[in-house]
Amino acid sequence: MKNLTCIECPRGCNLTIDDNLKVTGNFCIRGQKYALDEISNPKRVVTSTIKIKSLEVVRLPVKTSMPISKKLMFTILKYLDNIQIEAPIKCGDVIIKNICDSGANLIATRTILK
Amino acid sequence: MQEYEVVVIGGGSAGLAAALSAYENGLNKILIIEKNSSLGGILNQCIHTGFGIHVFNEQLSGPEYAQRFIDKLDNTSIEIKLNSYVTKIDKDKTIYYSNDAEGFQVIKAKSIIMATGCIERTPGAIKLEGERLSGILTAGLAQRYLNIEGYLVGKKVFILGSGDIGLIMARRMTLEGAKVLGVAEIMPYSNGLRRNIAQCLEDFNIPLYLSHTVKEVKGKDHVEQVVICQVDENKNYILGSEKTFDVDTLILSVGLLPYNNVLEDLGVQMSSTKGAVVDENYQTSIEGIFACGNALHVHDLVDYVTKEAMQAGLGASRYVKGLLKHGKYIETKNKNGINYVVPQKFCLQNIDKEIMFKFRVTKPFQNVKILIQDGDRTIKSIKKMFLLPSEMENISLNLSELKDCKSLSIEIMED
Repeated sequence: MKNLTCIECPRGCNLTIDDNLKVTGNFCIRGQKYALDEISNPKRVVTSTIKIKSLEVVRLPVKTSMPISKKLMFTILKYLDNIQIEAPIKCGDVIIKNICDSGANLIATRTILK
Repeated sequence: MQEYEVVVIGGGSAGLAAALSAYENGLNKILIIEKNSSLGGILNQCIHTGFGIHVFNEQLSGPEYAQRFIDKLDNTSIEIKLNSYVTKIDKDKTIYYSNDAEGFQVIKAKSIIMATGCIERTPGAIKLEGERLSGILTAGLAQRYLNIEGYLVGKKVFILGSGDIGLIMARRMTLEGAKVLGVAEIMPYSNGLRRNIAQCLEDFNIPLYLSHTVKEVKGKDHVEQVVICQVDENKNYILGSEKTFDVDTLILSVGLLPYNNVLEDLGVQMSSTKGAVVDENYQTSIEGIFACGNALHVHDLVDYVTKEAMQAGLGASRYVKGLLKHGKYIETKNKNGINYVVPQKFCLQNIDKEIMFKFRVTKPFQNVKILIQDGDRTIKSIKKMFLLPSEMENISLNLSELKDCKSLSIEIMED
């Protein structure tokens, strides 16, 4: 049995998952999926910034398009150190496909026009 | 003199939603004045996800959330002044602002929406003891340096205060290669959202020292050591419980205060939240001047800022069109266990269907009831398993529940 705090929404439900993988304490369906993932392969959305050539800003915020295995977090962040991109870029643009074989794309989270 | 139907001061989450709402409710001559070089406000530096679950049913990052509103501006007549700072407002809604391109300007507004956000409490505000060394920063400033400018402010970090920005920065700095040695919180409970304790501290084995505070900061010119100490229920040091950490940075996440210098100068009635006293349409004590978002009271979720600002934008549009009625105000009172309630007063004639009351509790509660009362009559009673001061509560009441209401109070009933 394991106690977890759900991170899917600000509600932060106190979840319990027992040895038969039965989840309790969740207010919605997201909590069940989160608890099951959390004990097999915990996943997180990674957010960071990369260098951008632009007249407006020096960093472009980015995120993985979906939660990726927690084990890959530091690998991805290290990889981003050497990435540079040029404006214009639109919020949602894919910057790197299947980043570090995580299965997720790296996407821009801000529009930078120039 | 240029005249606008509504001038929105601040182009962050509250200002954007307020301006768009005023536009959607029929106003055309709208101006947003923003001091920064881009719209979006603090959302631009909040690059983590977790925004938008209530408004968009998605987990967006801060910049993405802001972008949704910025993109909507394109098809409107809303004007924007960036890099512009409002220095003064007169009671007749004359606005004085300046910027590099236009110099000093004076404009007129039929209505004004204050959406100026909040500021961080500083080392001085919490009477932090010790030398004024470099390497002591507020969490939001460290966040700006890292996410906007690209500078990591330290390699070995201690965090004082368990507010959400501090927790977010603990994770963010860890991911960028810093070692976060711990977070101290003077209260016996955390002041951040539960999910942030889980995903920002527990994920990285960062210890949280509850009932602890920083007793001393040591160093020559720059921070070298932080000494924390346990405190008793009166927040006095328990001597002998000191722990010393070798660090180069102390981050403070010790609370936010609504930023209202212009409103205060104007003589608007202020409340205990350090924001203005407002009514059901978020109108302040001066007719036609509205306030919303973190400038009114500090929110923990941007989604609620958006909803509040939309109501303020609707209120301003009604005011300009002459649709706001001058009825009798009913005051909302915070009683046992409730720190504050917003709005502080309401006029039944101006409520369409329902009104939302937002409030915070004074301390953590378990298995209690929230009682909403009109004198001795209970309007609503809601059971709650957990209530935390860090989590804003909201309750909506519809017009039928408020029928013949003469007063309104919210309190916590313990068994």
